[in-house]
Amino acid sequence: MRRIDRVFKQLKAKGEKALIPFITAGDPDLATTRALALEMAARGADILELGVPFSDPLADGPTIQAASLRAMQGGVHLEDVLNLAGELRAQTQIPLILMGYYNPMLQYGLERTAAKAADNGVDGFIIPDLPPEEASPWRVAAAKAKIATIFLAAPTSGAERVRTLGRLTKGFLYYVSVTGITGARTELPPDLAASLKEVRALVKCPLAVGFGISTPEQVAALAPYVDGVVVGSAIVQRVARLRGPELIKEVGDFIAALKAPLRGK
Amino acid sequence: MLPDRHGRYGRYGGRFVPETLMPALLELEEAYRRIHRTPEFRQELSWYLKDYVGRPTPLYFARHLTAELGGPQIYIKREDLAHTGAHKINNTLGQGLLARRMGKTRLIAETGAGQHGVATATVAALLGLSCDIYMGTEDIRRQRLNVIRMNLLGAKVVPVESGSRTLKDAMNDAIRDWVTNVRHTHYVLGSVGGPHPYPMIVRDFQAVIGQEARAQLRRRTGKLPQCLVACVGGGSNAMGLFNAFRDDPVRFVGVEAAGHGVHTQHHSATLVAGTVGVLHGAFSYLLQDPWGNIQEAHSLAPGLDYPGVGPEHAWFKDKGRAEYVAVTDTEALSGFNLLSRTEGILPALESAHAIAYLKRLAPEYTADDIVIVNLSGRGDKDVDAVAEAMEVSVEAY
Ligand SMILES: Cc1ncc(COP(=O)(O)O)c(C=O)c1O
Repeated sequence: MRRIDRVFKQLKAKGEKALIPFITAGDPDLATTRALALEMAARGADILELGVPFSDPLADGPTIQAASLRAMQGGVHLEDVLNLAGELRAQTQIPLILMGYYNPMLQYGLERTAAKAADNGVDGFIIPDLPPEEASPWRVAAAKAKIATIFLAAPTSGAERVRTLGRLTKGFLYYVSVTGITGARTELPPDLAASLKEVRALVKCPLAVGFGISTPEQVAALAPYVDGVVVGSAIVQRVARLRGPELIKEVGDFIAALKAPLRGK
Repeated sequence: MLPDRHGRYGRYGGRFVPETLMPALLELEEAYRRIHRTPEFRQELSWYLKDYVGRPTPLYFARHLTAELGGPQIYIKREDLAHTGAHKINNTLGQGLLARRMGKTRLIAETGAGQHGVATATVAALLGLSCDIYMGTEDIRRQRLNVIRMNLLGAKVVPVESGSRTLKDAMNDAIRDWVTNVRHTHYVLGSVGGPHPYPMIVRDFQAVIGQEARAQLRRRTGKLPQCLVACVGGGSNAMGLFNAFRDDPVRFVGVEAAGHGVHTQHHSATLVAGTVGVLHGAFSYLLQDPWGNIQEAHSLAPGLDYPGVGPEHAWFKDKGRAEYVAVTDTEALSGFNLLSRTEGILPALESAHAIAYLKRLAPEYTADDIVIVNLSGRGDKDVDAVAEAMEVSVEAY
């Protein structure tokens, strides 16, 4: 059974929801990413999302753009991130998902990306600029390597597309909370809970929500409507601000605080 | 006629965008297909093109340039005489009228040279829509005149600080804005690039250039030209000229910017020296490193300073329907001089690339042959940059 599916199943049995933190791999360097990933896994993360640096991250706000740039300045690219996944896999069984734009995968080769990802214990990919209409070649390569392709659904998608996305996605459906790009927000859309209820009714797979979620209070408010919550920019902001053991401790504590409202009663 | 149902020109094109934008692209395609052929829309557009833009633009026989080059008869399609001074208005007017019918209240655009920004701001003012223009800070510096024009037209120019601070980065931020405000905003993409349906819509709105030129030349000479020449940034003025001749035995030459030279790291010759991949929503040629990161382009002409190109040009290249060549910054400057001195016309630096290539092309033809070159824009915006660059390159003469 796939690692992602197993996590959702086990959490469900316990009445828990998944915490899915995101950081950009290589920000500010690969050693820090490795340490952060292991700390997050130890402090309550259920699934890890690692961003693959890209020169033109057009679905991302300033925080993740800057992280991508810092990683690129260190020369980090797709193959490094795949290798990092391999190192992490030797130390943890937490599901690993790579979030990256399509062109680097295309240049590396879709089959080669999928095969190397599988070898290194990567469980899935989220590709923000690859809608289902364009995804067939990658889905074939991913399916062959038993890698999950996780699709995003957006507030603009409408019922018909959400249903299709729910059918095509593997692991879970990633619902984008805001009509917009990534970035921590102090307030989420007032109709978000209602939208999540609608989406929930349209799909059978596990449902996670992300984009803009930055506090334990927001996580607590959303938990009843989903199977998982993704937190990205709020963590990346801490990576930008802090260094060394102080960073590891701060992120670990933050993960614990975010996970608390997801543990159920 | 391409594109196919999936927005593909052969293997090129497509819609590589975040899910948030997919419904907007589908809505835009549906609205365009429904509206653009209706008599009301066509009447409205052609009325504006005539009385507001000043179309048809002349097809001017450049006698002195012809004599100077000593090869074919050279005709110049005078898009520089269109309102706002470039071909960009053909597209922004079409998209603006479409956006209004779709109930959108706000226009956004990216701009490099500022010509597309000015043309979008103009249409926004005309149609009473609000308008934000994304522009790299390097281009804001290089094209100050157009920044002032956009401000005077009531648009907000949003400075973009990321990357090379030029057209590619402006386009990233315009797309980010559209992702955020898609419900009431129309993104007026400025060239035949980006995700489907833009390459098709922009081509169709720019096709008036070639339709006019073809009719004008036939009326005047009864002939077809041997060759068409146009500069290629994203490729809209070139596609606009080529499109009406696509089934004719006419040679197409697209001129890219070689910057400091195609063998240096500083050029924008995407079709000549690039490789295939995905940028800004389309599969096409682009400038990239081996890891698929997009490389910074360079050209003295801000409108050509872009590491991508429209997918239909990529398809034309592979099929051999069009040839793509590149001329350097220095050659473009001499093209600028050539047209200024022989014909009394200051070309935009972008268009100066097409003019410059005529020098290389002329020896292949005789006086019986006809070449049409697209003068995509006027050079007023570039006089500071040209004056500055001349001082440097004067030594090279
Ligand atoms: C005068 C002029 N010509 C050409 C271009 C290049 O665009 P395209 O290749 O789409 O015609 C621009 C772009 O800004 C321009 O301003």
